[in-house]
Amino acid sequence: MTLEELELIVRSVRQENAAYDYEVNVCMDLACASQGAEKLRESLVAAGDASDKKIMVRRTGCMGPCSMGPLVRVDPDETLYSHVHASHAERIVQSLGDKPIPDLQCDLNEHFDKQVRVVLENAGYIDPERIDDYIARDGYKALLTALMEMTPYGVVHRITESGLRGRGGGGYPTGLKWGTVAKAGGDTKYVVCNGDEGDPGAFMDRSVMEGDPHRVIEGMAIAGYAVGASKGFIYVRAEYPVAVSRLTTAIREARRRGLLGNNLCGTTFNFDVEIRLGAGAFVCGEETALIASIEGRRGTPKPRPPYPAVSGLWGKPTLINNVETFANIPPIVRNGGKWFASMGSERSKGTKVFALTGKIKNTGLVEVPMGIKLREIIEVIGGGVSEGHTFKAVQTGGPSGGCIPAEMLDLGVSYDALLKVGSIMGSGGMIVMDDTSCMVNVARFFVEFCMTESCGKCIPCRAGTAQMYRLLSRICDGSATMDDLDMLEELCATVKETSLCGLGMTAPNPVLSTLKYFRNEYIEHIVHKRCPAGVCNIHAPAEVLA
Amino acid sequence: MSKLKLATVWLDGCSGCHMSFLDMDERLLELADLVDVVYSPLVDAKDYPEAVDIALIEGAVASVDDEKKIHKIRAHTKTLVAMGDCAITGNVPSMRNPIGPEAILNRAYVENASAQPQIPCVVVPKLLRTVRPIHEFVKVDVFLPGCPPSANTFHAALTALATSAPLDVAALTRFGA
Amino acid sequence: MSENVEVKTLTIDGHEVSARRGQTILEVARENNISIPTLCHLDGLTDVGACRLCLVEIAGVSKLLPSCVTTVYEGMEVHTDSERLQKHRRTILELLFTERNHICSVCVANGHCELQSLAQSQGLTHVRLPYRNPDLSVDASHERFTLDHNRCILCTRCVRVCAEIEGAHVWDVMGRGINSLIISDLHENWGASSCTRCGKCVQVCPTGALFDKSKVGSEHPKYPDFLPYLNLMRESQ
Repeated sequence: MTLEELELIVRSVRQENAAYDYEVNVCMDLACASQGAEKLRESLVAAGDASDKKIMVRRTGCMGPCSMGPLVRVDPDETLYSHVHASHAERIVQSLGDKPIPDLQCDLNEHFDKQVRVVLENAGYIDPERIDDYIARDGYKALLTALMEMTPYGVVHRITESGLRGRGGGGYPTGLKWGTVAKAGGDTKYVVCNGDEGDPGAFMDRSVMEGDPHRVIEGMAIAGYAVGASKGFIYVRAEYPVAVSRLTTAIREARRRGLLGNNLCGTTFNFDVEIRLGAGAFVCGEETALIASIEGRRGTPKPRPPYPAVSGLWGKPTLINNVETFANIPPIVRNGGKWFASMGSERSKGTKVFALTGKIKNTGLVEVPMGIKLREIIEVIGGGVSEGHTFKAVQTGGPSGGCIPAEMLDLGVSYDALLKVGSIMGSGGMIVMDDTSCMVNVARFFVEFCMTESCGKCIPCRAGTAQMYRLLSRICDGSATMDDLDMLEELCATVKETSLCGLGMTAPNPVLSTLKYFRNEYIEHIVHKRCPAGVCNIHAPAEVLA
Repeated sequence: MSKLKLATVWLDGCSGCHMSFLDMDERLLELADLVDVVYSPLVDAKDYPEAVDIALIEGAVASVDDEKKIHKIRAHTKTLVAMGDCAITGNVPSMRNPIGPEAILNRAYVENASAQPQIPCVVVPKLLRTVRPIHEFVKVDVFLPGCPPSANTFHAALTALATSAPLDVAALTRFGA
Repeated sequence: MSENVEVKTLTIDGHEVSARRGQTILEVARENNISIPTLCHLDGLTDVGACRLCLVEIAGVSKLLPSCVTTVYEGMEVHTDSERLQKHRRTILELLFTERNHICSVCVANGHCELQSLAQSQGLTHVRLPYRNPDLSVDASHERFTLDHNRCILCTRCVRVCAEIEGAHVWDVMGRGINSLIISDLHENWGASSCTRCGKCVQVCPTGALFDKSKVGSEHPKYPDFLPYLNLMRESQ
């Protein structure tokens, strides 16, 4: 495959598409699929066949506003219909070329206007199982450009210039990591894509893998070229069967087109990708545990250094990036580092995809420029909390993150700003809470998650999270004393400072941040035996044998 | 200088700590110059006195009775000493915790009873679900681990407490000692 | 030993010490009679950095680092015994005592237990956290040895000695988090497992979790010192 051949495919796909007057895109992502999107698509196809209009019905990945599903977007007018049912299919087909259907149409201009789509540029526009759809939207152009026109060093330089930082949560500068692996000695190196997304309430990576799988593969291949690796692994959790199947299809298609395999574009560069399935352990999202899991060992973390960039998979230099990080690579290579760096804030460049969930009107997937105020995400894009309720906090970063209170809604979203207020960017889960959420109970939920997901290797995480959970349960059931609260804080410090890996080190964050901003709720439970949100069932514990 | 009032209390334990206390032998006479024993299984007093200076508590809290006692003792004691592993960790009595009190009562009063098997409901106080160290119920001032703490430990600790001298417990004893 | 040994100088708790390149902080500290508490580390086994007792402070590094796997560098300034470290070590020991049922008074390892003596040396006289009291089993199916999960601290010394030194890999860890459990083979009874009956695991076990059936009461000293000796003998062959 050469750039010219790629251009031929683009032209032929565009020609093919031009034969249709209308493109009816049906979101087939999990939320829409679970509400009957497949049946809706079949009905649309049937209605289309029965009509004399030239209609293409396309299944796409996530369009974003999941709570509105099933979603249908009619192009070229970009009319968006929400809550569409199979029975609406005929009306939609009839309406084509006429006015849109008012009772189905949804006005989400505000929701979309504030967003900037880089990672999600194809989401909702391509059929994830058709490589030609991807190519027609500039897919694989970046890989071929890199291979034909750039040196590996030039690619690393472009990524460094873009200011991209790891989207898995830590925010390590991607260019720096690539540079380290590129400079590491040895002729065998690996590229690993971390698709073990496990935070409660997070589904950004799943949507990218399911909706635009080639983007991830292209990003990995570019990385392989830049760092000198010829083998890549995508580590996907087995709980994402659709992502696994889409990626499998995508890898097969890419191989068939000569975009993976040996001597890509007639160069000496070889690169192929294999999928590895996670067996349901959250800790395998930690890079050293992930490596152990790929190697076929028990998924437990190891002390770093050595970092995987120096000694990773089978002791070889290994580049590990998250799905969203790889998904950012093709547009950066295509459009240049400066283009990417022009978006976002001072030290956090580009955009970030968030999974907006919880007590908010528009739940779903959003992509915003870094530096955007939390208030804009929650009140404008998310549509705010439901009528009659007041916003209380937003939790970012999953079990490793913290809760940010209403007073801080004007905070601009960036790695450093979130860290400063006691939370983290994390992989992009954003859970909104209103006055019906008890912050102690929220903290307990996340600690329970960490407790059950701790691998058990180091003591502070294994036993510390279990004790934190017990103390939090005491507070929730009203049997705690103020001494228990002191003990909880001390325990948080030990677990945070002494745990072996990120899971334990960050497990206290939900407790510490709620203690920082919602200490009064803890006091209410302990001293006044009252749960302000009315969530906890406070009763005297039955200690006496009946 | 008036002598300090000393109490010793026996909760859920084997009395081994008290035996070890008595093992101080002739040093008890020396101690008698510093303290008066005002309440103890070893003396006649039936009610816990109003104001006690030092109380040595042997045993864990295992029953509603123990729980009531330890709160009362705390209220009337200046320096409360957890004496021995049972008071500090739950020790042997706490070995019933993983299986629960029903199993223990059944084994003692039903399975192994030769006549009239029944779980007592009067006189014998009701058991708590778990046996727990006393510091989970009240504030403890000094911990003297050991099963039992040795006579030397008692002597050194009590002399230090009676004379307000510094006390390094870890140098004297440990869990299980 | 390489003829071109590179020497590093560093300070540990204010003492100037020298070390060979590649040595760990723990090795250097012990060579210089500076004690750092450990539980999962054992001379002769690979280090896993799991018990977190040997964490030290290094000037200029914000994280605490495990001295058993952190190698020295020139000019390194190490602190092994700050108040912060002491506090964390005690809390970690407290966590271990609450995790399972460590009843020292009736343990076969009483008086010869590393957990017990660490508690004493770190000044731990009581445990502030509530005991968990889990219901755990005892595997006495082996003709010579017993595994008592109540006493296990999951240091994985048995797992490592069996895999690395004996080459049998009978032991491994099952489950995760607080429910982790040492198992033989694929969770079979120890007596029915592929155990070679060498007894190395018993000797390296720091507590009374693995013990010799012929020992009663608290008369079970352990002799893990055979390991470095055995390794040395093997290397010289």
